[in-house]
Amino acid sequence: MMNLSNLSVGLSTYLLVGAMLFCLGLYGVLAKRNIIALLMSIELMLNAVNINFVAFNRFLWNQKIDVHYLLTGHVAAIFVIVVAAAEVAVGLALIITIYRNRRSTNVDELNWLKW
Amino acid sequence: MVEFNFATVLTPEIAIAVLSLILLAIGLLIPAGARKGMMPLTVFSLLGVLGYTLYDFFYGQEAAFLGGMYMHDQFAVYFKVLFLAAALLVVLSSGGYVQKLPKHRGEFYALLLAATLGMMLMAGAGELITIYVGLELMTISFYILVAYLADDARSSEAGIKYLVLGATSSAILLYGISLIYGLTGSTQLVEVAGRLGGELTPASLLATVFLLAGLGFKISLVPFHLWGPDIYEGAPTPVTAFLAIASKAAAFAVLIRVYLLTMNSQAFSATGQTLLLVLAAITMIVGNLIAIPQTNLKRLLAYSSIAQAGYLMVGIIAESTAGIKGVLFYAMIYVFANMGAFAVATLIDEKQGSSEIKDLAGLWRRSPLATVVMTASLLSLAGIPPLAGFVGKFYLFSAAMDQGYVAIAYIGFVMSMISVYYYLSVVKVMFLAEGEGLPDVPVHGAIKFTMVFTMLITIAIGLYPTPLAQMAIAAAQSLF
Repeated sequence: MMNLSNLSVGLSTYLLVGAMLFCLGLYGVLAKRNIIALLMSIELMLNAVNINFVAFNRFLWNQKIDVHYLLTGHVAAIFVIVVAAAEVAVGLALIITIYRNRRSTNVDELNWLKW
Repeated sequence: MVEFNFATVLTPEIAIAVLSLILLAIGLLIPAGARKGMMPLTVFSLLGVLGYTLYDFFYGQEAAFLGGMYMHDQFAVYFKVLFLAAALLVVLSSGGYVQKLPKHRGEFYALLLAATLGMMLMAGAGELITIYVGLELMTISFYILVAYLADDARSSEAGIKYLVLGATSSAILLYGISLIYGLTGSTQLVEVAGRLGGELTPASLLATVFLLAGLGFKISLVPFHLWGPDIYEGAPTPVTAFLAIASKAAAFAVLIRVYLLTMNSQAFSATGQTLLLVLAAITMIVGNLIAIPQTNLKRLLAYSSIAQAGYLMVGIIAESTAGIKGVLFYAMIYVFANMGAFAVATLIDEKQGSSEIKDLAGLWRRSPLATVVMTASLLSLAGIPPLAGFVGKFYLFSAAMDQGYVAIAYIGFVMSMISVYYYLSVVKVMFLAEGEGLPDVPVHGAIKFTMVFTMLITIAIGLYPTPLAQMAIAAAQSLF
């Protein structure tokens, strides 16, 4: 039987997941037509960043040797989560305003301003 | 460098934060009729903080705390003066406009000050996460301010567009920051600079490009400029003014600090400079050319501000004290020149409910003062000799020439010649077009003061630029 405790996941795996999430989010921002879906895609991008930060922080320091390792990455991830929450709160409020004005949350209909 | 001392470093920031919270509380607690005092309260408090910051600029000590996480050098204080002056002028010119808002008048000033606080944090930050938090404080306040006219569908459309694009750009910026953190193990700019090393790897190139794209969005450099005109047109006019003047200057403060501190190694310098050169050139060309066919005043000013960002980039590319001095000097006079134009736009918007260029027809007969102020501002933006804009462009382009960047200075020169055309076509409408049926536009109160003050400053600095130039030199030297 395989010994599961020997299986380890390296930094590159985490970074790959982060990059994939980021690209998915970016694709969503560019391709989706509903504003709520756009906000969700932006959340994906921000969470990709969080994965990066936390993974880097974990692998930059060998926690058995470096006693006084810094938690910059973890702290950064928490800051990102807080800011993203504020951003989404404003975003949802704006979506409600837009829905009241036009009875729709489709980006294609936001065409009153153009050059 | 002195270690962190609470009183010397953070006084203006704390004052602005407290004032913002007080205004928010007043807006909630005091009945609507008694809120007339909010604007004077904001104005006088801002004046006080501005006075303190100016004193700080000349006599304050250089300090840093938490190992360079937050800097208090003349460069940062110079930008704080700029943001506070811009906020003060915007508040002064927005009095009548805010009085006409149907609801939520009180929160307007509180949000404006929150945005100012974010900008001040950006100017002082010496660490990437601090920069990000300051940037988001500014931007999220702006999302709300842009969409402030909740019943006006154009305003909320501008707000959601700004939110989606702004959040995407800050996600890209953050991805760049996370890569830099992974490459160097630190987010402190000084440590990042030390550890990035000379070699340019794919990861570090990606990080640089992402960082530049995120900041370029806020500055509205050309491939990232498409949000600008839409948001400028839809937002309430005083907010547009603040967005055009101060948020751009804040992003420039960050860009200058990050660029000068972290791109010092040879490989980075070459790549970063090539990127910036290309961006500056296309920004100047596209901004000026698309400004020509515009029919809306706010859109015209949006494209003009895109072009101005291109001129400012020329100074950063020069990468010398003279170049940074040019950027600082130009950013400051840009506040006054643009504020004059936006004060007139606010006034027209307030009285006529629109901001098309044709609404300015015959303004010369309807409001001579507004016409003169607008003309002076536009000519200064175009860089016509006796006004401040000329001196600023001279500093920028001559600094680039001194460092051997002749081509980019030449593009800037030709493009500012072209810009004279669209600025003068607005002036032509004001003086020559018939404005029959359009109402008289009387100017009085705080907005009159703003107009006259900005015009006088624009002329005075154009005639005698030395004091401001010396301030800019001192601020630029604190970086090198």
